[in-house]
Order: sequence, then C-alpha cells, then structure tokens
Amino acid sequence: METLMAFTVGGLFSAAIYMMLRRSIVKLVIGLVLLSNAANLLLFTQAGLLRGAPPLVPKGATQPTGVVADPLAQALILTAIVIGFGVLAFAVVLIHRAYEVVKADDMDQMKDTDT
Amino acid sequence: MRLEVALPVIIPLFFGALTLTLWRWRMAQRVATATGTGLMLLSALWLLAATWQDGILVMHMGDWQAPFGIVMVSDLLSAIMVVLAGISGFATAVYSLTSMSKRHEAFGYYPLLHLLLAGVNGAFLTGDIFNLYVWFEVMLVASFALLILGGERAQMEGAIKYVTLNLVSSAMLLSAIGLLYGLTGTLNMADIAEKLTYAEDPGIITVIAMLFLVSFGIKAGAFPFFFWLPASYHTPQVAVSALFAALLTKVGVYALFRVFTLIFTQDVAYTHGILLWVAGATMLTGVLGAAAQYEFRRILSFHIISQIGYMIMGLALFTPLALVGGVFYIMHHIIVKANLFLVSGLVYRLKGTYELKELGGMYRSHPMLALLFLVPALSLAGMPPLSGFFAKFILIRAGVEAEAWWIVGVALVVGLLTLYSMMKIWAEVFWKAQPEEHANRSAHGSAGSGVLYLTIGGMAALTVFIGLGAEPIYRMADAAAHQLLNPSLYIDAVLGERQ
Repeated sequence: METLMAFTVGGLFSAAIYMMLRRSIVKLVIGLVLLSNAANLLLFTQAGLLRGAPPLVPKGATQPTGVVADPLAQALILTAIVIGFGVLAFAVVLIHRAYEVVKADDMDQMKDTDT
Repeated sequence: MRLEVALPVIIPLFFGALTLTLWRWRMAQRVATATGTGLMLLSALWLLAATWQDGILVMHMGDWQAPFGIVMVSDLLSAIMVVLAGISGFATAVYSLTSMSKRHEAFGYYPLLHLLLAGVNGAFLTGDIFNLYVWFEVMLVASFALLILGGERAQMEGAIKYVTLNLVSSAMLLSAIGLLYGLTGTLNMADIAEKLTYAEDPGIITVIAMLFLVSFGIKAGAFPFFFWLPASYHTPQVAVSALFAALLTKVGVYALFRVFTLIFTQDVAYTHGILLWVAGATMLTGVLGAAAQYEFRRILSFHIISQIGYMIMGLALFTPLALVGGVFYIMHHIIVKANLFLVSGLVYRLKGTYELKELGGMYRSHPMLALLFLVPALSLAGMPPLSGFFAKFILIRAGVEAEAWWIVGVALVVGLLTLYSMMKIWAEVFWKAQPEEHANRSAHGSAGSGVLYLTIGGMAALTVFIGLGAEPIYRMADAAAHQLLNPSLYIDAVLGERQ
C-alpha cells in the first residue's frame, strides 16, 4: 500500500510541476491544487497506513487496545487542507482579477514587473 | 505559565478582529491601529526584558505538557525578532496613517496589517514545527491581500509570481514536516532535535534538511529562489513595501537560523557548506541586480536579497562570532531597510515618481530629507560609525577567523557595490538638478508630511543608536548566539520537566 501511495504522490508532484510550467494561469492554479494535495498525501503516508484501526478508547478503558492509527497526522492534514482551500480560493480570485486587468491568460504577457 | 510569551501574538490578533468590527469607522480604525501596534511593541519589549533576565521562556498552550501540546518558546533570538517586528510594525503603522489613501484604507488595510504582524510574531515564537507552518500561512495570506491592495496591473502581475512561489515553498515545507514526522514521530522542535541525535540514517536527515533549506530559502529570498521578490516588492503601497521588506524575508531567515542550529546539526560540513555557497551567490546576484536598476524601490528590493546573503553567511560559518554577526546583521538590517523604503515613499509623495531619471534636486529643496536618507543608506553600505559597519565588521572578522577567504572577499566586494548603489540614488535623487520636463510633477505636495519625517527620523535615530551604542547590542547578540550554539539550553527549557 505504501508503494502505491508513493507512486501516487510522485505522480501528483510531477503533474503539478508540469501544470505550473505551462503559460496559462488557469493551469498554474490547477498545478497549485495538485501540489498541495500531493503534500497532504505525503504527510498521510508518512504517518503509516493502517486499515480499520480507529484510535478509539473502548468503554471503561483508559487507553486504546492494540495497534491504532495515528490521529495526529490526520489532524495535521485536516489543518493543511483547510489552509490550502483558503489560499486556493484567494488564488482563483487573483487570477480572475489578473485576467480582467491584463486581458490575457498568458504568463508571457505578465512580464512588466520583472526586470 | 508565562503570559508575556503569548502577548505579542494575542495583541495583534485582538486588534485585527477589533479593526474588522470597526470596518465602517475609519477614524476608530486608525486610532485602534496606532494603539494596537504600540501595545505590541511594548509587550515585545517586556518579553525581551523577561527573556534577558530569566533565560528561555516557555509557555505550554492549554497546559498540555511538551512534547504533546503546542509550546511557545522565547529564547533571545525570538525575543529580539519580536521586538524588531514591533518597531517596524509600529513605525509603518504610524507612517501609513498619513501615506495610505482613504480608498486603500477602505479595502481593509488595517485588519490585514494586524493579522500580518500576528503571523510574523507567531512564527518567531512557536516551538512546534507544524505550528510554524500554520503561522507562515497566516502571514502569507495577509501578505497576499496587502500586496494587491489597490488592484493595479503591476500588483496583479507581481502577486501571481509572489503567490505561486510562496505556495510552492509552503507545499515543500509541509512535505518536509511530513517526512520529519515520519522519522521522529513528534512535531515539537526540541523533541525532534533530541530524537534526531539517536537517528540511525544520517542520509535521510540531510535530504529533509535540504527540503527545509529550499522551502525557507524561497521565503527568505535566497539564491536561486529569490525571483518573486524583485517582481513584486515595488508594486504595493509604500508602507506595505516597507513592512514586507523589513519582516517577511527575515521570517524565512529566522526559520533557517532556528532549524539549522537546533535540528539539523548532524552534518555541519555538508549542510552549512551549501549554505555558505548560497550566501555568497545571494549577496552577489542581489547587488549586481541592483546595479542595473533605475527605479528607487527596485534598487532597494534587490538590496534586500544581497543583505539576506550576509545573514545566511553568519549562519553558514557556524562559529560563535559568525552567529553573533548574523543576529547583529538582522537587527541592523530590519531598521535600515524599512527606513529606506519609507524615505522612498516620502520622495514619491513629494515628487510623484520613483524613477531616478526623473528625480533630482532634492538636496536643494529638502535638505532634511537628504540627511535622513544618507543615514540609513550609508549604514546599509557599512560606513562607520553607523550600525551597518559593526554588522559587516563582525561578519567579516568571523570569516577571517574561520579562514573562509572567498566569502570574505565576496562580502567586501558586495559592500563596495552597495555603496555604489546608494551613491547612485544619492546622486540621482538628491544631488543632480531635476530634468526640466519633470520639474513640475507633484503628487501630494508636502502637506501633512510631518508625521512621515518623524517616523523616518525616529528610525534613523535608532540606526545611529545601534552604531554608537554597539556594545550593549553586541552583548545581546552574543547571548543570543550562545543560546543558538547550545541547543541543549533550548531543549532543556522546553522538555525540562520530564527529566
């Protein structure tokens, strides 16, 4: 399972970078989406993958019995997803506004502020 | 439980919320902003005094003990950075009360300013690596919105590059944190540092260290990751530019200092060797980029990059004296850089342009401003007795002692080129006569610039003070470097109760 996840993460990263290297700003944002998801999945895989072992404490006990999944990593991913979502919403508005101002969907038309 | 550790974060967060509720009342927002940033500066000074007196301060959030809860830690480096954030935040807030137009204020400048400061202070004070990521994002989101405040074409173009590269950096940071968590099973920085000393495979640690280097390098504007900086820093309102120039890249530098003194010290020859090359290349490319520019704020933006190189050089040499130099350099740089941007804003206000070719004759018409420009400009170039001289002197001396001759040579040459750049601005803006065809351009005239002069004068006075009173500042930097070089002090302070 980890091997499969490793390839998924790698594929997502490379797709993200490919999209970000395109000239269209819409594809740039798609690349950013893929990139943040790739990072989240990497974090998820790093914490270890377990099937059907929720970190719950049985009634009457003070600690969970047996092996349980790591809840901390999932809390981290949840935080990262929320942050990523917020930032992405901003990025979408930004490219929309940039399109209105520049009247083009092309990064090559946006070189005025470079040196 | 030490409240003063959390106050520099709580105060701007509170005032950010308050100014949001005061959205329709411009005057109340302005009063709240001046009060809020002033209070933040006071709390930062309190924190520095407490940290100086009692050593490293730790606050366990919600009373969850480390390493299970999130901790906020204030060692001397953090406390110094928070004070600098307080000074530059207060100065730019006061400055923007005059410089910011009503239209820009109505877009929510004040709440964003407070949120940005909260993010910056949070990043300086947290002792938890994932929490560091979160504060980075708080800071970034606020900076995105501040950058495009006004919505002009140049701002949009700059913002797309700024947003993209910073998000790439965040994704890398998150991946690196994930890998580190997989390796150590903890997020508390002190705990990570301790666990890594028992780690079996040094190879993977170096890989993670390099991921952190790239991620923080992008945020710090180090070579070869700095391209977002000159593309965007000259586009926003000048008060925003000044605040960005003072603080944002320095958060990246701070993070580099933190992880490469506390966590990744397993293979210093390799990791810090790379840092040294990065430092040298950053200095050179920054200063050469500036030499080619003829726009006030673009020159200053490129100089941020070259100065970042000096700070990283202090970290990379990794001797006690070099770290002192690095910390000293950060202190000097934040004040000077913010001030230079504030001066450029005043010049724009008086003359209506940032283009050096169109400016001129300001020494004749505004001699006071010329003097106030000369103080930070000469300090940036490293002229004695101003603050920059001592900062450069300590670093170069550290380089000589470490026998890293080439970096010493680069640092000296870059210092010279910085002087050239500053003299270029001096000659073009203040000394030469203004070209006839641009002589009658004036955006605002000199109305209401008293407060602006006061802010710039105050910052210039601080620069002179750091230069003339270098001894106590040096001692503070020395103590901060001592804590950095002995990570056990930090680890014991955070995890102490367990042993």
